[in-house]
Amino acid sequence: MPFLNEKIECMPKEQLKKLQSERLVKTVENCYKNVECFRKRMDEKNLKPEDIKGIEDLHKLPFSYKKDLRDYYPYGLFAVNMKDVVRVHASSGTTGKRIVVGYTEKDLDMWADCVARMFAEIGVTDKDIVQVSFGYGLFTGGFGLHAGAEKIGATVIPMSSGNTSLQIQTMIDFKATVICCTPSYAMYLGEEVERLGVKDQLSLKYGIFGAEPWTEDMRKAIENSLNIKAYDIYGLSEVMGPGVACECKYQNGMHVWEDNFLVEIIDPETGEVLPEGEKGELVFTSVNKEAFPVIRYRTRDICSLKTEKCKCGRTHIIMNKPTGRSDDMLIIRGVNVFPSQIEEVLLKVSGNSITPNYQIVVDRVNNTDTFEVNVEMSESFLEDDIDIKTIEKMEKSITEKLRSTLGIGAKVHLVNPKSIERSTGKAKRVIDKRKLV
Amino acid sequence: MIITQLSVFLENKPGRLFDVTDALAESGIDISALSLSETAEYGVLRLILSNPEKAKQIISDLGVVVKTTKTLAVAIDDIPGGMANFLKIFNDNGLDVRYMYACVGRVSGKALMVVKLSDTEKGEAILKEKGLDNLKPTDIYRI
Repeated sequence: MPFLNEKIECMPKEQLKKLQSERLVKTVENCYKNVECFRKRMDEKNLKPEDIKGIEDLHKLPFSYKKDLRDYYPYGLFAVNMKDVVRVHASSGTTGKRIVVGYTEKDLDMWADCVARMFAEIGVTDKDIVQVSFGYGLFTGGFGLHAGAEKIGATVIPMSSGNTSLQIQTMIDFKATVICCTPSYAMYLGEEVERLGVKDQLSLKYGIFGAEPWTEDMRKAIENSLNIKAYDIYGLSEVMGPGVACECKYQNGMHVWEDNFLVEIIDPETGEVLPEGEKGELVFTSVNKEAFPVIRYRTRDICSLKTEKCKCGRTHIIMNKPTGRSDDMLIIRGVNVFPSQIEEVLLKVSGNSITPNYQIVVDRVNNTDTFEVNVEMSESFLEDDIDIKTIEKMEKSITEKLRSTLGIGAKVHLVNPKSIERSTGKAKRVIDKRKLV
Repeated sequence: MIITQLSVFLENKPGRLFDVTDALAESGIDISALSLSETAEYGVLRLILSNPEKAKQIISDLGVVVKTTKTLAVAIDDIPGGMANFLKIFNDNGLDVRYMYACVGRVSGKALMVVKLSDTEKGEAILKEKGLDNLKPTDIYRI
């Protein structure tokens, strides 16, 4: 069984706990010294760094939230001097403002190491050619997979996302053996490959997919259409990016790299830590990061953990596929979308032309997410002699504003006043027709 | 003659046009003229009806935006050049035609049109001056 770092990946539990404890103590000390937000929360709880002696004290620490990243935008949560930060990434937050994370050189190396462990595990070597079709840019997907593949010495094709026919042509011509992208895009690639009848020209063996929810049925469909074995990767930029947890060959959930990340499952209502195996909100503490350490970060992902010994030999805890969210965040084509962001855009639309009554309809058609926003017009918006151009202009203006705020295109429909269904006086904001769990 | 026109906002969904016309039919309201402008997403239905106020209420009750506006109904000679001769009057007086559509004709030898001008009152005055404001309500509405 190939390992990148067998000593760490198969470290006996007791030894791993010791390492985690040492690293946690150091992280808490560092954050208390350098991160105002964390220090305030510790002080509120009358906690001093020396009260945290090891992972048994983890539950005492205050939680951190996505909102913190907005409140301290852009660099307020960084624990090092900016001169040591060599990279930032960003994604959309709960409102218009992006959330920003940073990395030191050592952080980037640790990240690459986490991703490389996965490549090594599934059998990717320096002889492989890895096509990275995750987006490169502020999104962590492209750069994350890229660094991991380079680390094991594979040849990387930094394709980024989009331009499907070029993707397929490149895959064929460059003899890519591994493809990395979102699962919905993999489905689409598979369909295109079938349509073009070029499946037998592909050299693909493995696929690594993540950044959005997918099902076992999708896995089978992708495996068939691209003639590969498909693996799941988990991560979020607040904690690091892709590679926080990865599937091994046995595909019995994803190993969380516990030497770097402590993981808990809590009751999202009470904040209490739940016993192993129970479903609750996933909470991460990074213990080996410099620029942007997180302590008890509430991911809002709902899932469960299991410590059973994995046949692969790794001792690191296994997280099951997240089955939902404890907040109202939607993941649409790999992009995080909060209904509150849409509300904010609509409230900014001038005058009383539209009401803040809206409805989001998400579906998956031909394996691609569709995203529609129905917006109620106000009675007074339309002139006495209704002009279709006024309506189209308004639609276009809202579409553009949504795109620039969300970073993803939505189909906007203006609808009649009071036509959006209300249940007990309150409008039903989100209709998600996708069946992914 | 100045008449009341209804504009109805329609989402382009199956059955929306039917719903509106069906509701009018149930109340015995006669449609004298109809024009539909549409894009992929939306439609605007313009209607000349026997009882615009009642019709407005009926359509509004369907949960659809409906507005009323004043337009001109005119009778044009149904001969080659009739339309051009007619439009020339507005052209000569600096009035723009926003849109126009045909109406059910109940006057022999005439084509009935609904015309939306940049200035409806001025248009009517000019037609009166030229003796062309020649319609009675019964020419348009079936009462």
